[in-house]
Amino acid sequence: MRITENKINKYKDKYEALLKKEETISVLFAGVGGQGILMATAIMAKACLFEGFDVKVSEIHGMAQRGGSVVGSIRFGKKVFSPTVDSADFVVSLEEVEPLRYIDIFKEDSILIYNTYRIYPSSVYGDGYSYPENVRQLLLKFSENVFPIDAYKVAKQHGKSKAMNTALLGFFSNFLPISADSWEEAIKDIVSPAVLEINLNTFKAGKSIIYQ
Amino acid sequence: MKKDVSVLTGNEAIALGALEAGVGFASAYPGTPSTEILENIAKTGGIYCQWSVNEKVALEVASGASLAGNRALAAMKHVGLNVASDPFMTLAYTGVNGGLVIVSADDPGMHSSQNEQDNRYYAKMAKVPLLEPSDSQECKDFLIKAFEISEEFDLPVLLRTTTRISHSGSLVEKGKIRKHKPDKKYIKDPMKYVMIPAFARTRHKILLEKFESLKEFSEKTSINKIIYAEDKRFSKIGIITSGVSYQYAAEALNKYPVLKLGMTNPLPFNMIKNFACDKSLIIVIEELEPFIEEQIKASGISCIIIGKSFFPEYGELNGEIVKTLNDFISSEKILENLSAYTSEDIEKKIKGFKEKKSNLNKDKEKNEIKYFIKNKIPPRPPVLCAGCMHRPVFHILKKLKVTVMGDIGCYTLSALPPISSLDTCLCMGAGVGQALGAEKADSYYKNKVVSVIGDSTFFHSGITSLIDNVFNKGTGLVIILDNRVTAMTGHQANPGIGKTLMGDKTHMILPEKIAEAVGVKNIRIVDPYDISLLDKTIKEELKREELSVIVCRQECALINKKKRLKKFYIDDSACKQCGLCMKLGCPAIEFKNDKYFINQAICTGCDVCSQICPWDSIKINNENN
Repeated sequence: MRITENKINKYKDKYEALLKKEETISVLFAGVGGQGILMATAIMAKACLFEGFDVKVSEIHGMAQRGGSVVGSIRFGKKVFSPTVDSADFVVSLEEVEPLRYIDIFKEDSILIYNTYRIYPSSVYGDGYSYPENVRQLLLKFSENVFPIDAYKVAKQHGKSKAMNTALLGFFSNFLPISADSWEEAIKDIVSPAVLEINLNTFKAGKSIIYQ
Repeated sequence: MKKDVSVLTGNEAIALGALEAGVGFASAYPGTPSTEILENIAKTGGIYCQWSVNEKVALEVASGASLAGNRALAAMKHVGLNVASDPFMTLAYTGVNGGLVIVSADDPGMHSSQNEQDNRYYAKMAKVPLLEPSDSQECKDFLIKAFEISEEFDLPVLLRTTTRISHSGSLVEKGKIRKHKPDKKYIKDPMKYVMIPAFARTRHKILLEKFESLKEFSEKTSINKIIYAEDKRFSKIGIITSGVSYQYAAEALNKYPVLKLGMTNPLPFNMIKNFACDKSLIIVIEELEPFIEEQIKASGISCIIIGKSFFPEYGELNGEIVKTLNDFISSEKILENLSAYTSEDIEKKIKGFKEKKSNLNKDKEKNEIKYFIKNKIPPRPPVLCAGCMHRPVFHILKKLKVTVMGDIGCYTLSALPPISSLDTCLCMGAGVGQALGAEKADSYYKNKVVSVIGDSTFFHSGITSLIDNVFNKGTGLVIILDNRVTAMTGHQANPGIGKTLMGDKTHMILPEKIAEAVGVKNIRIVDPYDISLLDKTIKEELKREELSVIVCRQECALINKKKRLKKFYIDDSACKQCGLCMKLGCPAIEFKNDKYFINQAICTGCDVCSQICPWDSIKINNENN
């Protein structure tokens, strides 16, 4: 996966302009219970707050620890009303197949970022379902802005595969007009001290994927 | 960024509000989406708080704290107020001493509930004030306001949130913490607090008088407010809304003037009339029931009022759904012809608009892809965790082909494939009674019906139905699934744990001791990980012509896994690929490249699969130890 700094800055400019027009940016974090979706949502909310935006988050976590699909939504801008994402500027998924569950909220210019890491749901064993091999092609039918990222590799290189969420967040941060300082402060605020350094490193590594 | 602003969920904001309101006492029974209110109050450290055995008790102890002069709060999920409805209804008669607020967290869309009842009707039925916050800041502000109203009118107040308010985070500005002290001394007053008929008749009249003054209060309070729109061209249409629906309206319909109601019982009818007087069409936007709409219609306002004929009466609303109102108004040219339309005309237009919309197939190709994806991608329902103690119990019950009267907890998931064992889930405590009823109605069910109930649920409302079984000579089998914690809502303490919400050690109440005390003669305690013993015990007790209780006891796997170090693996040379292990529905057992294997990262070493494997192919992985 290659994406140039130049190209990514174009995206960034677009969202900066939207925010200047007092529009709200909507992000949906998706994944599977236990992957750290709510932590990623909390980090981003803090980063938005530090950047001076109004921000609202919404999460459905009744079944978070039982291996079900989990989402966290986040909306930010000058003034935010609805806390839920009905139409997403970004879908950021920690698991490969999960973004396909939210096709109803895709827009033609949605940015679809997903981790190529797979967690096989129980329904692929005997319920007649199979894990789709063409996630990228299916996503491309909705938007041309599809970014598969191997966050597992990035996190593993920095010592902790569980930190996939901050790795992916790092890559995602390139698209937003939120300063590196705000992100860093937010991570420091949310992540527990024992794993802080690993998470700061995976965030930076995720961010630098664009320069590869 | 201002220092005293942070992103808080509605539940966190209510906990902060409790501190700022000077609440001295808080109680609850855990239930999504209300659970984090008490958890966060406990974190503050400044307020006495407790998990009660159920919502009825939670409200009763809170009312005792109110009598003793404290500001008291009781929190529960919507169905919890059904359990607490008995004290709730009569508390409206007795009134309070220290302020008393009941938080009801409703769950439109049933993210984690068995129904989506609209608890605003409880406030109307009881004639108590009802406040509906629309974001986290209002959760905090309205809670403080609720205590003021409670003390001013000598009434309990219902603060109603919904999942999107409880679990959404938004900016909250911190205020000053009020020191709590029982500053309202209790004065003996049997005519107020002893609800014998003679006194209650008087109190009912007093309640009606209070409700009259509450109506005046509702007209004046700042939490009911009109938000005017800049563009006067749209002022013939007005929106009336409350709670989270306000946020959707503010975003999607900001060109129309909005009457935002923070207090929805009693409604400010004069304010509504004044708002409506220069308008031709009023649109009421609310989730679930037409609570506001029907009352406004009944009040005899002359303009056209629509609500539930346009918006669904089920599930949640959102920005997109509310936005369709714009399409309706523009495509049907409502604004232009408003003065000529009757109410019937508008209703007809709505019907036509809805039909047109459902026929509309904007982008056929894309819809086909959508259809394909929705049907092809593997669903990911929540499952019992790897190593869950409930799994072996339901595996055996399924094999025995018995009817399983169920209950509410993690084990309700065993209704789903591949375990597919549970027959019912009605409400907390119901299964134990349902089994007795089935057995009495048809003798076929003797020895063929089992009821299952969790430890926390047993304390919540299973004890009384167990007594009913003893009293009425039931002969069934009650299985108490004791995983040593209230697991589903995220590991809260219950009376069986020996620890309170505030972390103090307390007496550990054991379900078997209760069963023994109420007269159950056959009580067995089994470790459900021991499959052959569990199987034998269930068969023996099922056969018995007398009531029996089996307590299946093993710690919740999410707590347990930190202590268990062994892992299992499948020995390919011994595996005959029969697939029996797969039928356990354990997330650790996978099938890839034509092979069954155990995901070592997920396995908790519960040893259940190795015991059911007929080929002894599942073995301990010694390398991991």
